Amino acid sequence: MKTIRIGNGCGFWGDNIDAPILLAEQGRLDYLTLEYLAELSMSILAIQKQRDPKTGFPGDLLSALKRLTPILKSQPGLKIVTNGGGMNALGCAEQARAILDAAGLADRKIGVVQGDDLLPELDELMAQGHPFQNMDTGQPLSTVRDRVVSVNAYLGAGPIVAALAAGCSIVITGRVADASLTVAPAVHEFGWDWNEWDHLSAATVAGHLIECGAQVTGGLWCNWMNAPDLGNVGYPIVEIGPDGTFEITKPNNTGGAVNRETVSEQLLYEVGDPAAYLTPDVVADFTQVSLEEIAADRVRVTTKTGKPATDSYKVSIAYRDGFAASGTLLIFGPNSIAKAKKSGAMLLERLARAGSAPEFSNVECLGGGDCVPGVIPATSDPPEVVLRVSVRDSRRAVVERFTKEIAALVTSGLPGTTGYTGGRPQVREVFAYWPALVAKTAVTPTWSVL
Amino acid sequence: MTVRLSEIAHGRSGDKGNHANVAIIAYTPQGFQWLRDHLTQGVVGRYFESLGSSRIIRYEAANVLAFNFMLYDVLAGGASLSMRSDVQGKTLALALLQMEIETPGNLAEMTRPLVTK
Repeated sequence: MKTIRIGNGCGFWGDNIDAPILLAEQGRLDYLTLEYLAELSMSILAIQKQRDPKTGFPGDLLSALKRLTPILKSQPGLKIVTNGGGMNALGCAEQARAILDAAGLADRKIGVVQGDDLLPELDELMAQGHPFQNMDTGQPLSTVRDRVVSVNAYLGAGPIVAALAAGCSIVITGRVADASLTVAPAVHEFGWDWNEWDHLSAATVAGHLIECGAQVTGGLWCNWMNAPDLGNVGYPIVEIGPDGTFEITKPNNTGGAVNRETVSEQLLYEVGDPAAYLTPDVVADFTQVSLEEIAADRVRVTTKTGKPATDSYKVSIAYRDGFAASGTLLIFGPNSIAKAKKSGAMLLERLARAGSAPEFSNVECLGGGDCVPGVIPATSDPPEVVLRVSVRDSRRAVVERFTKEIAALVTSGLPGTTGYTGGRPQVREVFAYWPALVAKTAVTPTWSVL
Repeated sequence: MTVRLSEIAHGRSGDKGNHANVAIIAYTPQGFQWLRDHLTQGVVGRYFESLGSSRIIRYEAANVLAFNFMLYDVLAGGASLSMRSDVQGKTLALALLQMEIETPGNLAEMTRPLVTK
């Protein structure tokens, strides 16, 4: 029985930059997937692209691709599928083209998947009666329309499959559902139809399990003390067959672990109703998944059923919502918790006296039980705590005033105040998240070849 | 006598916008039965009361001996707006696993099997 090996070497923009290279070297892969986009990544990339039209995608992808070119030569069958095109898949692919050409890989085709970016036609779509209602609040998007910076539909596996069928070795997309990066190679290799819901569901489970990289191979595992050599953690590989059954594993001679516990934890990660995991490709039922440990670091995953995909795409929208900053100081004991709280209160009092009271603020005493506030309290007087003060306001000047105030506590605060070494906190622009749905008929996924 | 929930279960949590999911996974079928009877929506809601969640839904995934809790509006604004250190609710599962529970009579049938392949 033919199986294909799909490995994911990147779980988010910020993941280990050597992992894609190590996994491609060690994994005997047919496909390497690289996942870069979190919910709010697109807003950051949209602003980048506004400033410089050549940017708008995570530069980590091109750095990785440069290092992968020798491997692409020695493993001519290796294909790469990535959403690292961000807000500018075409611009990213053009630079990828130049990297491949310079490395003597001019014969490898690059596929570009677009159509996820709905901002250019947003007003037209709204005028046509697509309200982009907030899935949480029910409000129509018109209430914040003038502040919107990015609107991206989560596309499915379809256009990736088309690009693979056209002979592309590398497919670069904008926003697609994370699991679709894995579903697409399986559909392409096994020729599944788009209504073979059970198969699509199985591949979606595979994609979901590996999309966060090392989180399924020992990263974040509750029983971390049983994960050998986690410093050398291997990134995940699925070996999937034509009926959708797959085994999940990691390269030999790497650290971490793949077992029932690590796979169970990741199966439910960022999941709502486990019986209805919605992607553009299928509605997967995670409660029908069975796990079997068949060898060291190898779990067989069997999925029974999938249900038809819905007729809408999820849309991730970001809009400007003011400014924020956070600063920290170290407060040494005795009575570190009380001193930290008092210091935070004094800081806010001084901002109010200066006429710069922020609209929103939060004082945390880290080490004193404020990480999950009110749930896990400190049980003793800790030797030291970290005071973290955060403010958010629609007025940039108010947030800037805060960044200039916090350090004063080092001399005008309480005894044991130190740790002011990183300079003044940075003001960051806040982009609020607006989840919505849009009819699939309103979106046109496209693909092209470079 | 009490023990921590982590004696009979493990888990993981994460964010979905301003909501968080907290998955609690029993080590054994007996532990799963205990979770079904005792780790109710109400119990979890009271435990996390200080976080101001608007509602909680418990989902069952018997195939992996798990219950998945959706805690709505629990992240003080979520990844972008929240001013907490843990804007993504990644610590919530570990917080719940620290809950002290009445020691079950058949605790030995619920704790983690010693050998993991």
